[in-house]
Amino acid sequence: MQLYECVFIIRQDLSNTQVENITNEFCAIITDNKGSVVKQEYWGLKTMAYKIKKNRKGHYTMLNFEADTDTVAEFDRRLGLHEDILRSLILAIEAVDPEPSIMMQNKSERSGSDTSDASAS
Amino acid sequence: MAQLEITRPSARRSSSRRRKSCPFSHPSAPKIDYKDTKLLQRYTTERGKIVPSRISAVSAKKQRELTTAIKRARHLALMPFVVA
Repeated sequence: MQLYECVFIIRQDLSNTQVENITNEFCAIITDNKGSVVKQEYWGLKTMAYKIKKNRKGHYTMLNFEADTDTVAEFDRRLGLHEDILRSLILAIEAVDPEPSIMMQNKSERSGSDTSDASAS
Repeated sequence: MAQLEITRPSARRSSSRRRKSCPFSHPSAPKIDYKDTKLLQRYTTERGKIVPSRISAVSAKKQRELTTAIKRARHLALMPFVVA
């Protein structure tokens, strides 16, 4: 078993519950194959640096999980086939950072000063 | 023109400017992570290109790490490939 980190982007016009459903669907692939999801993060609806399939924004989700190589291959294949997923990245990692990633820290900071940040970018 | 030739660049550097050390080869240095776009942005130009290590003074080892991090961030549209 190896630890992995996966980030995927879901199309902007889906609702939060739909995003959750997709995330659960992919978590199920791992848990059904003797793996385990260690950490799950939802980064929110973020503006992308460039358009992907005519989408300006996307729902970013990150999963940290432990799984076999075959499971990861299947997971990757399913990510590619899913129509609502724009992009994905899977990395093998040494250890899972127990603290929330920098994206979550930025999100909590930004919620206070949302207007100033929007004008800057 | 003649004056410029007299002051050699090597002599000038040693007297006025010391070589800056790598910003990541430090015990308390920040970790290079593709998610940390704010940090990575400092090592790209306004155009979105990666700044060469001879300008940013990043060590060769860390520059390689930095390059993969920037490329991963670009893949996930966290950073631009080009700023038009």
